[in-house]
Amino acid sequence: MNTEYLGIIFMYLATVALAIPLGKYIAKVFKGEKTWLDFMAPLERLIYKFSGIDPNREMNWKQHLKALLTMNVLWLFYTFFCLLFQGHLPLNPDKNPSQTPDLAFNTALSFVTNTNLQDYSGESGATYYTQLYVLMFLHFVSAATGVAAMMVVFKAMKDKVTDKLGNYWDYLLKSITRLFLPLSFVVAVILAFNGTPTSFKGKDTIIGLQGDTIHVSRGPAAAMIAIKQTGTNGGGWFGVNSAHPFENPNYVTNMVENISIILVSISLVFALGYYLNKKKLAWVIFGVMTIGFLIMVFPSVIAEVNGNPNIAHLGVSQPGGSMEGKEVRFGPAASAYWGVTTTVTSNGSVNAMHDSMMPVSGIAQMFDMMINAFYGGVGVGYLNFYIFIIIAVFISGLMVGRTPEFMGRKIEAREMKIASLIALLHPFIILVGTSIASYVLVHYPNADWATKPSAWLNNPGNHGFSEMLYQYASSAANNGSGYAGLTANNIFWNVSTGIVIFVGRFFPIIGPVAIAGILANKKFIPESAGTLKTDTVTFGVMVFAVIVIIAALSFFPALTLGPIAEHFSIK
Amino acid sequence: MKTYLLPSIKITIILLVILSGLYPLAIAGIGKLTPGHGDGETVQYKGRVVGYANEGQKFTKDEYFWSRPSAANYQADAGTGSNKGPTNADYLNKDVKGRIDTFLKHNPTVTKEQIPAELVTASGSGLDPDLSPAGAKIQAVRVAKARGISEQQVLALVDMHTEGPLLGLFGPPKVNVLKLNVALDELKK
Repeated sequence: MNTEYLGIIFMYLATVALAIPLGKYIAKVFKGEKTWLDFMAPLERLIYKFSGIDPNREMNWKQHLKALLTMNVLWLFYTFFCLLFQGHLPLNPDKNPSQTPDLAFNTALSFVTNTNLQDYSGESGATYYTQLYVLMFLHFVSAATGVAAMMVVFKAMKDKVTDKLGNYWDYLLKSITRLFLPLSFVVAVILAFNGTPTSFKGKDTIIGLQGDTIHVSRGPAAAMIAIKQTGTNGGGWFGVNSAHPFENPNYVTNMVENISIILVSISLVFALGYYLNKKKLAWVIFGVMTIGFLIMVFPSVIAEVNGNPNIAHLGVSQPGGSMEGKEVRFGPAASAYWGVTTTVTSNGSVNAMHDSMMPVSGIAQMFDMMINAFYGGVGVGYLNFYIFIIIAVFISGLMVGRTPEFMGRKIEAREMKIASLIALLHPFIILVGTSIASYVLVHYPNADWATKPSAWLNNPGNHGFSEMLYQYASSAANNGSGYAGLTANNIFWNVSTGIVIFVGRFFPIIGPVAIAGILANKKFIPESAGTLKTDTVTFGVMVFAVIVIIAALSFFPALTLGPIAEHFSIK
Repeated sequence: MKTYLLPSIKITIILLVILSGLYPLAIAGIGKLTPGHGDGETVQYKGRVVGYANEGQKFTKDEYFWSRPSAANYQADAGTGSNKGPTNADYLNKDVKGRIDTFLKHNPTVTKEQIPAELVTASGSGLDPDLSPAGAKIQAVRVAKARGISEQQVLALVDMHTEGPLLGLFGPPKVNVLKLNVALDELKK
């Protein structure tokens, strides 16, 4: 058991040790300074030339959003139609069928938005074409979209900037060529050498040792799995994601994948410090996020390692902790650690079935997604955190009687309205979604649908409610993991979570970019004795309090009905 | 709209070529150099491929070590977990209890408290290729009896196939069930 604890401690320390230099590097890339990946420059120039893009044209915040939304709408259509007709497209060695319209709708929204909720299984529900040319493509560009939006906000926070906020295409492309592609390449090679398939061969059929016929799904999975982790996407090649022994063959790959899950999100916090030359502010943000993260990790790891009392009642021993839904090669500690890292970062890949984890882990995972700003998804995690900063600045300003200012700009009613709306939108869509689903389930259990509501849930009681709550929390947070027992591939769930995913992605991008853009256009006030300091521990505590109060007040009642009640039902 | 739509289409096309075309091909090329040549590593017995090293198989005969229970029945093209919650009374009292009873019937020398929970709970993927050393050793008496060999011989084989924590430091120890069972069969000839 000790080696299991050592494993997760090492993973976390290695992540932070890598994140600091990576953050410095990212800041250099976007400041246009020299880096060792400058050999990518000719490729970038070629892409700009082909696309007719002038990377030096400065855009204001509205132009940035127009470019962002145009691309995303385009990808949405491309994805939807590819999935709808994938059965007829090339690269389909396993002869998998096309997706139904509601499934394609859900999958398209889910992957364009970096969510990767998967109501299908990769082995049977997608083709090699759609896995690579649609889903993996979106892994890259949706991650880059998050980073590009964040870069607009970074730039807007600079001193004396007005409405020249850099070029959107440039941010997008550089986050691919300088960050995600090289990083994924390294991870993919490590995976390949540890046994993850890379070739384009289809299913293999063999006779097992005992004489059973076995069909083995394969495919060029390593490339996709690498970007799935580094880009906080989470949509895997195989249905059971990184619990699958091809997708995550051993403890080495588990470490590499798990480090990749939070690496970029953490390094972007340090990138902020280097980019704005405000390292202390970056450490304050990192500190707040880390405390929030650790508060979730400890109880979850302890609960899984201690095992399930209900299994103990049956008379067997649990030397390996709670093993339902887990893999022997990872063990309970690394499974619980992964569960928290994947939910704090909006990644959503899993190496164990969350549905079978202890209720304490359920509380941690759902709360992570409900807050969605402790590290968070690449780029967007910081955008969510930015909203909380704005609210905290405003409240602290009122408390101590100073003008609320952040980065030399006054925060006034308009920005506060946007920030409040965005902060409240998240609980609104999660709770309304869960309420509607619960209502339909209770009042129309036998509605005449292909999947009757009474057949949705895989577990009775509070845990069944948790399955629905988790699904909407995961959709709104653009996380994509699930309590996979939920029967989600039907019109009700495909459509309702599709809508929640869409709202949960684009408004939380538009809001912070708009606030940052509006602030940048205001008069810059140099720091004085009257300024509220934001790079202090006191302010960190304030932000933490704002986050906890908003999330706790909004979600505590719902969590009480789900995992909290389940926890207290275990004797 | 034209200022944004046209460049969007063009950059999408060229990125598709690079990210979806060239990148996985490059990885596939490098994959050729790996032990499994990128197709997945196989395990052979008497010159015949009997499975993939990383994918678990179902073993029901007494003379083999059993793999963990699987919600997917070890179908390697449709892996899945049970997704049963920790308080699901139906599942615990029927499925898990049934597995305990079956195990005790086939392993009469074992007491209930000795069974590690991994042997009666379903894995996450439904394709778990491994057991913990304890999960394998508890089956040694049965396997030895069914094969007419000594228990010591079987236990030695388990020890030989136990992979310790990574670098001796990180993660749990494990035993690959398929490789262990192939080794058992090789013992026979």
